[in-house]
Amino acid sequence: MKTRTARRRKPDANGGPDKLWQLRLYVAGQTPRSQTAFRNLNRICEDHLRGRFSIEVVDLLEHPQLSKGDQILAIPTLVRKLPKPVRKIIGDLSDTERVLVGLDLRAPPREMTEAKASGDGGPS
Amino acid sequence: MKKTVPNSPARAAQLPKCPTGIQGLDEITGGGLPRGRPTLVCGGAGCGKTLLAAEFLVRGAARFGEPGVFMAFEETEAELQANVASLGFDLAGLVRRGKILIDHVHLERSEIQETGEYDLEGLFVRLNHAIDSLGARRVVLDTLEALFAGLPSEAILRAELRRLFRWLKEKGVTAVITAERGRDHLTRHGLEEYVSDCVILLDHRVHEQIATRHLRIVKYRGALHGTNEYPFLIGEAGLSVLPVTSLGLNHAASTRRISTGIARLDAMLTGRGFFRGSSVLLTGTPGTGKTSVAAYFAEAAARRGERALYFAFEESPSQIIRNMRSIGLRLKPSVRRGALRFHAARPSLYGLEMHLATMFKEIVAFQPTVVVVDPLTSLLVAGTESETKAMVTRLIDFLKGHQITSLFTSLTHGGHALEQSEITISSLMDSWLLLQDFEGNGERNRVLYVLKARGMAHSNQVREFLISNRGIDLVDAYIGPSGVLTGAARAAQTAREKVEALGTQQEAVRHQRDLERKRTALERQIAMLRSEYEAEKQEVWRSDEQAGMRQRVLTAERTELARLRQADARTAGDGRGNSKPERIR
Repeated sequence: MKTRTARRRKPDANGGPDKLWQLRLYVAGQTPRSQTAFRNLNRICEDHLRGRFSIEVVDLLEHPQLSKGDQILAIPTLVRKLPKPVRKIIGDLSDTERVLVGLDLRAPPREMTEAKASGDGGPS
Repeated sequence: MKKTVPNSPARAAQLPKCPTGIQGLDEITGGGLPRGRPTLVCGGAGCGKTLLAAEFLVRGAARFGEPGVFMAFEETEAELQANVASLGFDLAGLVRRGKILIDHVHLERSEIQETGEYDLEGLFVRLNHAIDSLGARRVVLDTLEALFAGLPSEAILRAELRRLFRWLKEKGVTAVITAERGRDHLTRHGLEEYVSDCVILLDHRVHEQIATRHLRIVKYRGALHGTNEYPFLIGEAGLSVLPVTSLGLNHAASTRRISTGIARLDAMLTGRGFFRGSSVLLTGTPGTGKTSVAAYFAEAAARRGERALYFAFEESPSQIIRNMRSIGLRLKPSVRRGALRFHAARPSLYGLEMHLATMFKEIVAFQPTVVVVDPLTSLLVAGTESETKAMVTRLIDFLKGHQITSLFTSLTHGGHALEQSEITISSLMDSWLLLQDFEGNGERNRVLYVLKARGMAHSNQVREFLISNRGIDLVDAYIGPSGVLTGAARAAQTAREKVEALGTQQEAVRHQRDLERKRTALERQIAMLRSEYEAEKQEVWRSDEQAGMRQRVLTAERTELARLRQADARTAGDGRGNSKPERIR
């Protein structure tokens, strides 16, 4: 399976494939977009990280002081707390491919890399 | 107008203003930034956007009791505190006391993956939380445009920024948003289209290798504002904008006088010197003694027990002190007493604004009654003509406002043609002295004129200006049929006149002697005549005597005869009435 190889190659370097994935989803109130994001996240995790993930949902309207810690500006933002390094994914997570790339569950496809390289100077 | 009538109804109807506390900025904006609205401050790198924003917050918290939130997208809290500490702002202290909250927003594009629609609610929540936690009235977002680099999807960002500005207004905070200057627009990402209330443009230009900062209010909805470019500077006490015409022409005019330190020059100015608080321009070609006159003026003030501040832009203080000692003026005691202070700096050391700020600072610190700027001309090369005029105006306004008498020396380049810059500057001056040298007979001599002296009947005559080891002296130049003579020619002319005068005097003495001789001769003659006369008189008297004697003898004889003839008639001597003797005859 593609996902397996991808998962094995990357997470191995981050403490092994069985390490728990700690994810935190920042939302601001129960907006439709937040709910979409939560549903998308759950689906992706069930598909790719079955049994090895925990999702914490932080509502900034209830805990505004928490926005500072993870430097949250955009809502919704998904933060991969573990495994390191910290990754941030913003948006409603509707683009599954990008979510997988963002979580390092899949190598970025070539056309995306090129688009990004020409688009904004290229990410790391 | 509104500045002069602060309580007019027109002002009350205006937008409420939020004072920035930044020196000069509140003057040109007529009271500050629009209260409860966002203001955009844009400019290129290193032109002082962050400092302006920081000062706005610090002054607000420290002076106006308005807490503030500083949301920094580029600098961390520690960096920011260190940066503004150089301006004397105690940001850390204000943060500790809960007056200011610094929130560093860190955005790392490489960490962020966009996966669909999002909004900036996180930023709103965060800002809202910060504002509410200290009841902030002021907000700074520095530099909001970092969002464009840090977050994908410009379309979403633009929509969210529009919402942010609206939200800030609803929140009722006075916000300053900084942005980078763009190539075609005021800001790189066109933020100006969202901020419609007030836009301030900062600029940092280099003219002839000297950089000057400028501030311009591009837009200020609903308020009168100065539209000029104003030089501003970042000094040790924060920003200060220098509105050229801020003070206006309403300084009090003193009727008290102040001596120039040179008695004969005072005499030319109706005997009492300059007006206190007036500005004096002293122009002259090289080597005509401008510095000497300036030093005399300063030293005279110091000796009167006042304080004099001497800005030297060409010579070092010790050089001036040494040179003045050679003409018999000892400045050192006054310097040691603290009555005379020198401030020396190369004109090219920094830009005009910085010079001006330094001078203001020195003046405020030293509190002099007399200020000398020597020479003004070398300062003028530090900027363009309009800038320098603006600066000189500002300086003179400032000095007059403080009733400080100022003397500016100005170097001219030979001839009598006055330079354009001098003419523009001279209109700002109350008195204008001109030092010139006259060439002739193989020598150069200095002369001094009073070209103008507002408000007093001054001498229109030229004076020869002598500098010797005993000091400065002014003597009447020789004005005669052959023109104005100075120096050796004047001395020669005077000597010639002396000789002539001596000749005339001797002539007169000789005449007098002649006259005296004549008189004695005459007197001798008179005496001779008198003695002749006496002799003659004697003679006459003697002959009369003899005649009388003869008569008497004759009469006696006749009487005897008559007696002998027994005549009873009286003798002839008895009178004419008796005719008998004749009848007898």
